[in-house]
Amino acid sequence: MRTSTAILSALAIGSAAAAYWTLTKPQTWTEEETRLVLSLGLASLPPLPADPSNAVADGPDAASLGKALFFDTRLSANGTVSCGTCHLPERQFQDDLPRAKGVGETARRTMPIAGTAYSPWLFWDGRKDSQWAQALGPLESAVEHGTDRAYIAHLIGVHYADQYAALFGPLPTLDAVPDHAGPNGFGTVLDDWLALDDIQKDAINRVFANVGKAIAAYERTITPQPSRFDAYVDRLAAGEDTSGILSGQEEDGLRLFVGKGECTKCHNGPLMTDNFFHNTGVAAVPGLPDDVGRSLAVDQVLADPFNCLGPYSDAEPGDCAELKFLGKAGHEMIRAYKPPSLRGVASRPPYMHAGQIATLGEVLFHYNTAPAAPDGHSELAPLNLNSAELAALEAFLGALDPIAKEVQR
Amino acid sequence: MSNLITRRRLFWSVPVALLAVGGIAVAKMMQPPPADLDLSLAKSTDQGLYTVSVEPGLSPISVGTMHGWVVQISTRDSKPVDHARIAVDGGMPQHGHGLPTEPQVSADLGEGRYQVEGMKFNMPGWWVVNLSVDGPDGPDTVTFNLVL
Repeated sequence: MRTSTAILSALAIGSAAAAYWTLTKPQTWTEEETRLVLSLGLASLPPLPADPSNAVADGPDAASLGKALFFDTRLSANGTVSCGTCHLPERQFQDDLPRAKGVGETARRTMPIAGTAYSPWLFWDGRKDSQWAQALGPLESAVEHGTDRAYIAHLIGVHYADQYAALFGPLPTLDAVPDHAGPNGFGTVLDDWLALDDIQKDAINRVFANVGKAIAAYERTITPQPSRFDAYVDRLAAGEDTSGILSGQEEDGLRLFVGKGECTKCHNGPLMTDNFFHNTGVAAVPGLPDDVGRSLAVDQVLADPFNCLGPYSDAEPGDCAELKFLGKAGHEMIRAYKPPSLRGVASRPPYMHAGQIATLGEVLFHYNTAPAAPDGHSELAPLNLNSAELAALEAFLGALDPIAKEVQR
Repeated sequence: MSNLITRRRLFWSVPVALLAVGGIAVAKMMQPPPADLDLSLAKSTDQGLYTVSVEPGLSPISVGTMHGWVVQISTRDSKPVDHARIAVDGGMPQHGHGLPTEPQVSADLGEGRYQVEGMKFNMPGWWVVNLSVDGPDGPDTVTFNLVL
């Protein structure tokens, strides 16, 4: 009896000491931790997935046209706004602002572009299902580019006719189409669109879709770049010495990231996003219209004529599994938003879908305390991390910044 | 003597308590699935009307990859069940949310086999997949557990 009590006690002391050692002085990784850490490295990123909905997705000429269009401010109502106005190459293709500013101000934060070719859903709420369909949204937004699809089609005819024809065939004759017309416009823009016949509408839609496909071909070339964390993972995977790549505090943060911090629940895989939608109780921005996130976007993407199953998609119906089996909007999807990739996150404040949180430290405080959601139900539960643990997590996130100084364009 | 035992108990109770508290804290933070989780991919339905086996099209199942399952249904006396109606749902019991997709039966493969498409699990951890089967012996349900 005494012997067994002594053994039990020794085991207890040993376990407690081991647990303390593990939590405070990370030296080695368990098998499960190793598996999770390796799964986050860029080496685990599969090759760029095909986009069957975009026949020119991998064409260099399409990417070249798309790049020209991406930076062309003529694609705006006032001649000063291009995709590159908010998606700045030198700033991870985002703009450092709480909410994007085009010809007006939007209600959402600009998202970075790197790695979006891997995402089945685009925008914070996933209301588009491909890069090319996404690219069309801002062009017709009254507060972003402020244009309409007839204007864009005419502009292609004036400035890009040869490049367009080489990729997509001759442009349709649009002589009878007014300068401005589109289903998302207001006043005469909408009236003029409704007055067009179906053949004219289809011709304009096709040019518009092809503009998106060229822009997407360019955006596919914008890929996530290696970070110090990836260098660490590569060494770990090879069974080599990992010392000197991450600081002890960053290693502590990584251990929390894959463990007690529960970050990999949503920020998983080499892009550190699960490409789904979550209500994390982020506050609404006072003065902005109600924003219900994914719960509205499900119907929008299903109804979008530019989706994978639509008439302007190059995909076969069997290629559109994400759209076909998409989870319908229930209570869980109210104010649910896509977790952004965490690559480069430390150097692009402010945070959240409408730039509600100014610093990374405050973001971690948010996840640690798990406030109630303004609408719907937050998935978070308090993490009860102490200040040293929060600092370690923040330090680790800094190790996800790209190493390379040169800018990808 | 009794004093000594009491003191000794008190002395040993500290590390024992530490271990217990530490164990609970770790269990809560890591949210492991129940230790006795039945991970078998073939089992009887809840009312015992059918035997159902599932064969995921991915092995191992990876987080975030859309894939299909083949479901095999047979009666209690091992006869394949054709023309059954099958509904699929699921989720993460410890997180209180469902599947990110709405999987559907895409083909009746015959011989009691059915192709289910649209399976996807977007987080590591414990998932359940519930199948509702309506066949010649009436409706029944069965739940499979997965740990990713």
